[in-house]
Amino acid sequence: MNYSYFPGCSLKGLGRAYEESLLPVMRHLGAELNELNDWNCCGATAYMSVDEEQACVLAARNLAIAEKTGPQDLLTPCSACYLVLNKTQHNIADFPQIREDVDRALKTANLTYTGKAAVRHPLDVLFHDIGVEAIKQKVVRPLKGLKVAPYYGCQVVRPYATFDHAWNPTTMDEILAALGAEIVHYPLKTKCCGGSLTGTVPEAGLRMTYILLKEAIRRGADVIATICPLCQFNLDAYHDQIEKHWGTARIPTVYFTQLMGLAFGIESRQLGLHRNFVRMKPLAEITPVAPVGV
Amino acid sequence: MEIKRTIKYDADRVIGFGRKIMGVTGCDQLSSCIQCGTCSGACPLSIYMDYSPRQVMALVRADFKNEVLRSNTIWLCASCYGCTVECPRQIRITDIMYALKQRAIKERVYPRQMPIPILAREFAKMVSRKGRITETLLVMQLFLRANWRAVLRSWRLGLGLIRTGRFVIKHERIERQAELNAMLATIGNGNAKDAA
Repeated sequence: MNYSYFPGCSLKGLGRAYEESLLPVMRHLGAELNELNDWNCCGATAYMSVDEEQACVLAARNLAIAEKTGPQDLLTPCSACYLVLNKTQHNIADFPQIREDVDRALKTANLTYTGKAAVRHPLDVLFHDIGVEAIKQKVVRPLKGLKVAPYYGCQVVRPYATFDHAWNPTTMDEILAALGAEIVHYPLKTKCCGGSLTGTVPEAGLRMTYILLKEAIRRGADVIATICPLCQFNLDAYHDQIEKHWGTARIPTVYFTQLMGLAFGIESRQLGLHRNFVRMKPLAEITPVAPVGV
Repeated sequence: MEIKRTIKYDADRVIGFGRKIMGVTGCDQLSSCIQCGTCSGACPLSIYMDYSPRQVMALVRADFKNEVLRSNTIWLCASCYGCTVECPRQIRITDIMYALKQRAIKERVYPRQMPIPILAREFAKMVSRKGRITETLLVMQLFLRANWRAVLRSWRLGLGLIRTGRFVIKHERIERQAELNAMLATIGNGNAKDAA
């Protein structure tokens, strides 16, 4: 299995542990990722607030490069990138004016975009292309006894994803269960983390983050699993400020790919787990299981 | 006790504003809003807003431009798309919020002390220059422009990022910046160009 890979800015910066865990996990499962040549920022929510047409052009350059690269799907792990690239694809298909603007812009770079290049999230690929069974077979260190709150956030499941439900998605639940983890019922799984409001309007943004953390603890989770670099940052990096306002809510938040890596027997440092503010306890402390075959 | 009229006067309207917003790509469905309030119920931030999303829909349609563009509502929208998914009339409420943000930035009428529009402009600027975002540099830029005291408050966060190897100070950039600029330049009178 071959995929073009669109890391996005976050996976090269604050969210580098996502890339550090995604790449070995996909390799382990026999999927080859090729980073998109000279990709640019997707624009995220910020650029769209400034200029919608330019935001479309920005995203379309990536789609056009992906189409030029070949027929393989574009793997997009960051939720904001996933949303923006999908949205742009829809806008180009639905609105002739946007199509015209984008075509004209692409032409200056000898690029074209015909609407192929499907944008897909790792959850989608892992669940539908690779499959839970194949994942299960790679598990050498079951996460038995580890209680995980699966947190999806908003922009992967809404409004463009077709691979899972908008409010009650389950693909990550099933993948984590296949690793042997215990899935905690977590009704806030698609509630917004506050996005960039944690930095810009902390009285509202951090409150949202606090509610998510508190609820995961109340449900008995050891760890929150996330699929988005901004969610991970918000849930992990602001604990001292949250503590000051509302009291302690310390629980580690890790990428679901990091948990997959651990179950595949990959070293926690190679998965970027040392980059967390609130570190996850070593697996041996939480779940003393002997590795299979030893 | 001071008695204040909470409803706007007809004279406060800017006739044509609603039409203009509904003319933005993807925003035309606004005309079919039934004011059911599902958007406000789905919104995790409506409890912080001065006008709820439902009220904003009504205000836009009724041409109350100044009230809408000066509201904190459009800047508190975090784009979680809950309202858009739930709207029984298939109104793309999140996209209408974007159209309003664009208008507010263009006319520079956002509320004072609101760092979000500044973040959006700095973000667009960095993309137009480098093609990519280096988050830590963007945030520092934002603090310098909007609230330098926040730098002092966040020193612990900064140290934590350095300690965990996530504080990137080398600019991420693309190779073919000229190509990207030429593409963006084909969109005339863009807000981002103004910002840059």
